[in-house]
Amino acid sequence: MASVTTDTPMHSSPAPRRKISQQAIAPWLFLLPAFIFFATYVLYPIIQSFYISLYEWNGLYSPQYRGIDGFTDQQCLDLGNRAGREPGCELTGDTVWNAEYVGMENYRNLYTDPFFWTSLKNNVIWLLLYFLAIPAGLMISLFLNQKVVGMRLYKSLFFFPFVLSQVVVGLVFSWFMLPGADEGLLNVILGWFGAGPVNILGNNSTATYGIIAAGLWPQTAYCMILYLTGLNAVDPEQIEAARLDGAKGPKMLWYVVLPQLWPATFIAIVVTVIGALRSFDLITIMTNGGPGFYNTSVLAFYMYDVALSEFGFRMGYGSAIAVILFLIMMVYIAGFLWKMWRDEKV
Amino acid sequence: MFPRPIEQSSPALRIGYQLLLPFMLLVWLIPLLAVMFFSIKSGEDFTQGNYWGIGEGGLQGFANYWMVFTESDMPRYLWNSVVITVPTMLGAVALSCMTGFALGVYRFKGNLLIFFMFVAGNFVPFQILMVPVRDLTDQMGLYDTRMGLILFHIAFQTGFCTLFMRNFIRALPRELIEAARVEGVSEYRIFWYVVLPLMRPAIAALCVLIFTFIWNDFFWAVVLTQSPESQPVTAGITAFNAQFRAMYHLMSAGSIVAAIPPVAMFFLMQKHFIAGLTLGAVK
Repeated sequence: MASVTTDTPMHSSPAPRRKISQQAIAPWLFLLPAFIFFATYVLYPIIQSFYISLYEWNGLYSPQYRGIDGFTDQQCLDLGNRAGREPGCELTGDTVWNAEYVGMENYRNLYTDPFFWTSLKNNVIWLLLYFLAIPAGLMISLFLNQKVVGMRLYKSLFFFPFVLSQVVVGLVFSWFMLPGADEGLLNVILGWFGAGPVNILGNNSTATYGIIAAGLWPQTAYCMILYLTGLNAVDPEQIEAARLDGAKGPKMLWYVVLPQLWPATFIAIVVTVIGALRSFDLITIMTNGGPGFYNTSVLAFYMYDVALSEFGFRMGYGSAIAVILFLIMMVYIAGFLWKMWRDEKV
Repeated sequence: MFPRPIEQSSPALRIGYQLLLPFMLLVWLIPLLAVMFFSIKSGEDFTQGNYWGIGEGGLQGFANYWMVFTESDMPRYLWNSVVITVPTMLGAVALSCMTGFALGVYRFKGNLLIFFMFVAGNFVPFQILMVPVRDLTDQMGLYDTRMGLILFHIAFQTGFCTLFMRNFIRALPRELIEAARVEGVSEYRIFWYVVLPLMRPAIAALCVLIFTFIWNDFFWAVVLTQSPESQPVTAGITAFNAQFRAMYHLMSAGSIVAAIPPVAMFFLMQKHFIAGLTLGAVK
């Protein structure tokens, strides 16, 4: 068809029609490579995780055998791994998925698993306390929103923690909180005031808060930079007008500035929620889930540990935890998409 | 401008502010400064329990850093990080230039749906992908290889990059594209010669961001690799931690070395970096 239209030596319609069909096909060609990648590594695995969560699976595959000398394939299959030693079966070189279907059992087990509930509880604590990053970031941004010599450098240095890897942040804070009276700097400083020493990370009731404090450091820096950008765009005329009306300080902030900062606040909420629910690196580095069993664990950590720990590879159970975490996260993702969709329409 | 500019206030307040700034910065960065101090101390001080004083060993200067480079796997981990990060950066940015163009320029059924799919994928918890992706990587024979990490990172980062690119292209003047179409320029050439040159700032911003994200990635590094031949520096440093347990002077130096590339990238490309992160913070 295409060759017919291009070969037609007419001046009129064929050319635009060719253009239209090209315009119809082009987006799909541009999308194709990314879509293949994305479907293979993101979309399909999500479905697979739901599926695997219904199975008991140690992450391995078992060899498959072919029947010879009067043995059927089914008989060899039934013999399972022992079949290799049976005379009537021969290795095919293939492997088969050796997971066992258990239905909702993984989910039922989660219900009675105390470590799952500890992790979920810690997730809630993370989520709540992580929100401190937003007012803290706002406060620092207000403090830094001045034009004095060297301000650019100050702003970058305040933002600095965000650029560090969470692994480095975790190490830095675990040294900062070292337990001995003159080991960690925190205890040294407490010592000056006659307090301490404290063993934050070694104590069940404080360890999670110690890790969250470490996480708040870069997260606050991120919120600060969002607000600094937002403050740049605040309308100076409105501020002037409000000043003439006698507004200042907290009143001005609440009634005039904050409403204009809503886009920055919204993004800060999104990245803070995602950051809180994704917390994994800091926990692994600072306490590795301890002290004791899973006292500082969150779902992201517990899932990893269940699926890939030295106590055995429980892929199905791990996937069930991942599904729960995914569903929790989906609430936020759906809300975010809903807002985007509303913004697109106007 | 809010709060009121400090130059409009009394001299006392102004000087007070100028003095408060470095003090606040010091408080803010104190854990990091402590680590910098650790990294130039001598090993004997730590074994004697002298964490904060300077004992007989004195200050080491760069000796600890030298040891990190000559007596550990650190150089190899760093190199692995480079080999993983750079291709990921290029791959994800290239793919998302195309998706951003497709989703930002064309009107077709399902446009918004596909766009939302990329956005949602970017926010999912890693754990929902972990088991299948690890298995897939294993099946492809890429477990514990740098290529295994690169392929996954490209795919996953494409979600975020698409969000970024599509919004950027949306804000470009449509007349440019319309005019090119009237001239009879093919869609492919419009992408290459009209749109791509305009995307330079977005490409720069994404490159810096992706570099930092991938360099700092820890989770996928421990899920998809395990040996010094393929592990990036974030995962390597935990192995390093096992090797030099309680040798805080070497661990500190190692951590600082691991942090330098993204930090350097940030200070060199600050404008683009911040533009990328704050996308949408200003309406």
